[in-house]
Parts: sequence; structure tokens; C-alpha cells
Amino acid sequence: MRELEYPFDNDLILQKKKSFRRELMKDGSVRIKKNIAILGGSTTALVAQILDLFLLNAGIEATFYESEYNQFYEDACFKNPELESFGADVFYIHTSIHNINYWPSINDSPEEVLAKEDKVFNFFKDVWENLEQTKAVIIQNNFEMPTWRLLGNKDATDIHGRVHFVSRLNERFAEYAERKENLFIHDVNYLSACAGLEQWCDSFYWNMYKYCPQVSLMPNLCFSVANIIKSIYGKNKKALVLDLDNTLWGGIIGDDGPENVKVGAESSEAETFLEFQQYVKAQKDIGILLNIDSKNEYENALTGLNLERGALKPEDFLCIKANWEPKDRNLLAIAEELNLGVDSFVFVDDNPAERHIVREQVMGVSVPELTGPEEYIHIIDKSGFFEVTNLSKDDTKRNEMYKANMEREQAQSAFENYEDYLLSLEMKADIQAFGTETIPRISQLTNKSNQFNLTTLRCSVTDIEQMAQSKDWITLYGRLEDKFGDNGVVAVEAAELLPAPENPERREAHIRLNLMSCRVLKRDLEFAMLDELVEKAKDNHVETIIGYYYPTKKNSMVANLYTVLGFEEKEDRWELSVNNYQKQCKVISINNK
Amino acid sequence: MEEKIYNALNEIFQDIFDDDEIVVEASTTSDDIEDWDSLEHINLVVAIEKRFGLKFSMVEVNGMKDVGEMVEIIKARGTTI
Repeated sequence: MRELEYPFDNDLILQKKKSFRRELMKDGSVRIKKNIAILGGSTTALVAQILDLFLLNAGIEATFYESEYNQFYEDACFKNPELESFGADVFYIHTSIHNINYWPSINDSPEEVLAKEDKVFNFFKDVWENLEQTKAVIIQNNFEMPTWRLLGNKDATDIHGRVHFVSRLNERFAEYAERKENLFIHDVNYLSACAGLEQWCDSFYWNMYKYCPQVSLMPNLCFSVANIIKSIYGKNKKALVLDLDNTLWGGIIGDDGPENVKVGAESSEAETFLEFQQYVKAQKDIGILLNIDSKNEYENALTGLNLERGALKPEDFLCIKANWEPKDRNLLAIAEELNLGVDSFVFVDDNPAERHIVREQVMGVSVPELTGPEEYIHIIDKSGFFEVTNLSKDDTKRNEMYKANMEREQAQSAFENYEDYLLSLEMKADIQAFGTETIPRISQLTNKSNQFNLTTLRCSVTDIEQMAQSKDWITLYGRLEDKFGDNGVVAVEAAELLPAPENPERREAHIRLNLMSCRVLKRDLEFAMLDELVEKAKDNHVETIIGYYYPTKKNSMVANLYTVLGFEEKEDRWELSVNNYQKQCKVISINNK
Repeated sequence: MEEKIYNALNEIFQDIFDDDEIVVEASTTSDDIEDWDSLEHINLVVAIEKRFGLKFSMVEVNGMKDVGEMVEIIKARGTTI
């Protein structure tokens, strides 16, 4: 749900939380179920409600237990049958600075201060040790900073200062948690700093309702906790798919030239893009798989990535798709090559139109809204796509492992001959007359295909509908599936039936549309389409099929198509007699035959 | 003016209680809406503050007896809708 992705509108979430929940529950997602016990040192009602939304959005359906107000210690340390029977998978200990029961006094000796520090720390350690026995995951808030400082700036350095005291506790929490596999510190100290400590600790909400943080910032808190939980349960994103022009560098490399694109130290803009490249490169080091999906000539893309002044290099990436294919298609191809579900991907592109296409066409992919390049890191970082809960050696080497796998697959794919390769794809084609469902896609193909397109006749949906309904047309679309997945509708042929000039009793089929998506070039689908067209021609008592080729700047790849297909070249046309025609396609099974 | 305030309040109440049927008037109190407990009261207060760009004081929040009193406070602040 877009409303629950960063940057979200806190007030909207708070006001619409109930209707959002209803929408999420009926969206048909498959979710894992978890029991989450919120043990609070303050009011937790909103924590449960909003955490619920972010978890649902991340594929986790939670059932909640909430301790009574400020009963986190009692619930953890004394037997509570209700909590025991609840069977928590996760304990979230939602405490704040208000739950620190001992503070240093200005006259305390260093030993007395340390004793107080131990008392507070051990109070929390008791909680963790009791909960650890259940083997559940424990998430513990660290502390936000105090809102007032008796000693001013010295509060941070003097052992009697509260700022110093809280900092020490936070350090000890961190040290302890780093040694425990199931204890995770939720960094409220950082979150509250980002939101503004005075906002976070607004005393109105504490004094009135015992809420900390204040109500408006609950979504920040819950989003952050949800990130830890989704990371633990494997719902993290795994890969970045990045655009190039104006995403990884400023400007358009194909137009501006490699010497003029902005990345490096030459200007503030160049520095901004360099910083982003460095950030992306650091993601690779924690195991995020990097890929490119860019509308560019491949050579230009490589030139850009090889620039001395940039941080990223071609070898940092697993898949580099720099071509003129739709970006959603490239993304699907990357997902296939890496063998990952599309919901593992984050698509990063400065262009709102590309983001829209990918968001609409590829269900489950994350597409953060980007503004200026100075915001790229901020938005991706805060989105929590790659929240780290455990960092293993495998993570840091993941890119290398994937690279090796891909090379292996490429080696295996070296076939004796091309026909063997095509057979190995186990292709199945569905070749049928235009039908209602396929008409929009067919129209789209006639308008988009430039290279494998014999006539470049562009057709609206209405044009296609008229052909489909007319008895004077033979229409065919081809949908191609292979063992890697469905390519969708990728080929179109339409032939107009006209009386033969020398004998009006007989009819000829004039091919007005013959085109194919470049995704399925060299799969022999053109032979399959002709095989079916000949069948349909015979059914309509047509003896001659006539093909045309109208050259454009881009369609030279099909200049000889009709010759290859076995047509006889005439002055301005190619002709095929259907009577002695032998089926030509041997590598695709057609209409389940 | 008052009508506009009530329209905005109705929208907020409908969202918070997830019930499109709710219409509030001056005499509406928490007894009239089943789910209106102290926790939902906080959510209402926060949503109303955001909607009208104002902050209630503690005394005001504690003193509100019915929707009419809420509206009086909103009007007194000369808020823009």
C-alpha cells in the first residue's frame, strides 16, 4: 500500500488506520502469521494498531498481546498465564526514558553513579533473561536523550549528567545485545533525533495520555520496529535495480557525452551523484545485489560505469540491462536471471513515468518516490528495504556467489546447435484470432513495435476491433510461453481477404500486419505464425498469400523475411501459394497440438 | 462557518470510528458513540488538531464535555478551514 511506504503521511495513517487495515486484509496477499507481545512502559494501544498496518504491508499478519500499562517488567519476570499461553514469537519492549528509575544526583560519588547505572541496566537485563528462555525474538528500545539538561552541555560529559547517564546505558544495551542472537536493539535514540527530540518527547502527550513518543510520531516508531521484524522473518528486499541517466549520474550520457555527465568532484551536482554511487556501492558490501535497468545503448552504459570519477564499476553489477526494452520487461528478465521473486527488488529511477510503468506492471516490486538527487540516499535509506538484523559472511560475498552461479548457467547453456537450444526452451505458443481480452495489447504492439514490423501500420483499439469482427480479415495473435515463464502476447498478423484481380471468384490474403516483439526474436515464432496463417487461409479458400515490406529506418531486420519464409519475390510484394505449403516450425508446440 | 466545522468533524469522526454513518451535533458525547473511549479520544483530539491547525491545551482537552464545546474552542481560535 503506497500510503504505508516511506515517506508516509503520519496524520493520514493515524486518521485512516481502520480503513487501511480493511483494505490490506482484503488485498489477497498471502501472509505469514506471528504472535507479537508488546510489553510497554507507556501506553501501547496505538503501537499495536499501527505496527499491525506496517507488518501487514510487509507480508506479516500479527496477533497482538499488550501488557497492562507499564507492566513490562512484571509481565516478563513473573508468571503470567495469559502471556504464557499467548506463545509470543516476538517480544517488543516499548520503553522510554520515563522507565529509568534511578538517576545520578549531583553529590553522588563515581561509585554511587555506577551503582545506579548497574541497577537500571540489571532491571532491563532481568527482563531479557526471563524472556530469553522462551526462545522468542526480543526487541528492546534503547533510550531517547533527556529533554532537559541540568548541566547544559556538560550534561554530556560529567558523570552526574543525565545525558551522560543515558548514553552509558545505551552503550551497555548495545554491548549486551551484540552478544545475544535473539536480542535486537530498536534505536529510538536515532529515531527521536531524526524526528526532533522535542517533538518526540512532547510532554503534553506524556502527561495527558502517557504516550511516548507523541501520537503524531507513532508511525515513525512502528515503521522502524516493523523493519526489524520483517528483516528477521526474511521479508527484506534483496536487490537494487537502478537507472543510469540522472539516477547514477547527472545528465544523459547518449546526448551529453561521457565527458559531460555529472559525477565526481567537479560541481555540487557531480558530488551529489558520486555520494549516491558510493552509497550504492556500500549496499553491495552488505550483500545487496546490484543491477542496471536503463534506456541506453549498452556501450554508452558501460562507458558511463567505467568513468574514473565515478565510484561504481561494471563489475559491481550482476545484470546490466541497457537497451530500449520497456523497463518492466527488463526488471522481469533480471528477476528471472537472478532467480528471485519480483518482490525482492527495489527499482530506483528518477523518471516518474518509468516508476509508474514498473509499479503498475510488476506487482510487488518496491518503487520509492524520488525527488532531487540530493534526496536519493535519504529516501532509500529511510525506507528500510535492507534492514540488517544479522550480517553474515555470506551477505558480504553474495554478489560474488551470484556471479559464479550465472556464469555456470551460461556455460551450461552452450548447446550443440541452435535448434537444440530452442527445443530446450520447451516453447508453447497459443496462436488465435484476435479476442476481446487481447485487443488492447495487440493495438499497443502495433504502435510500439518498430524493428520486427513489416508494414508499421499503427492501429487503434477500434481498428483492431473492426478487423476482429470482419469476415474479410484473417487475424492472429501469438502468445509464447517457455520454461522460464510466459512472454505474453508477442506476435500479431492480420491479412485482408480481397478478390483476385484475374479471377474475382477467388480470394487472396494480403498481410497488412506482421509484427513481433523484440523480446522473442530468433525463437522461430515467425514460422509458427505463418503455419497458422496458411491453415486459416485454406479454411477461407484462399490460394495465395501476399506479403509486403515497407522499409523504415528501424525495420531493416525483416527486409528479407518473406524470402526466408519461402515466399516468391514479385515487383513490390512477395507471394506464397498455400497448396504445397509444408509446416516449417519444429520447435514450438502450437495450441497444445 | 459552524456548518463547515461540523462537516470537517463528521469526516474525522467517520474515519476514526471507521463508520460512514456517524453525524455529530453539539450535544454529541462519548456516550453516543460506542467506541468512543479514552484511547479513541486521543486519536480524535490529534486528528482535529491537525485538521484545524491548532493545539488544544490540557485544560481544554480535559474540559470538553461534548462536541459543541469542541466547536466553540475551534471557533474561538479563529481557525481557517
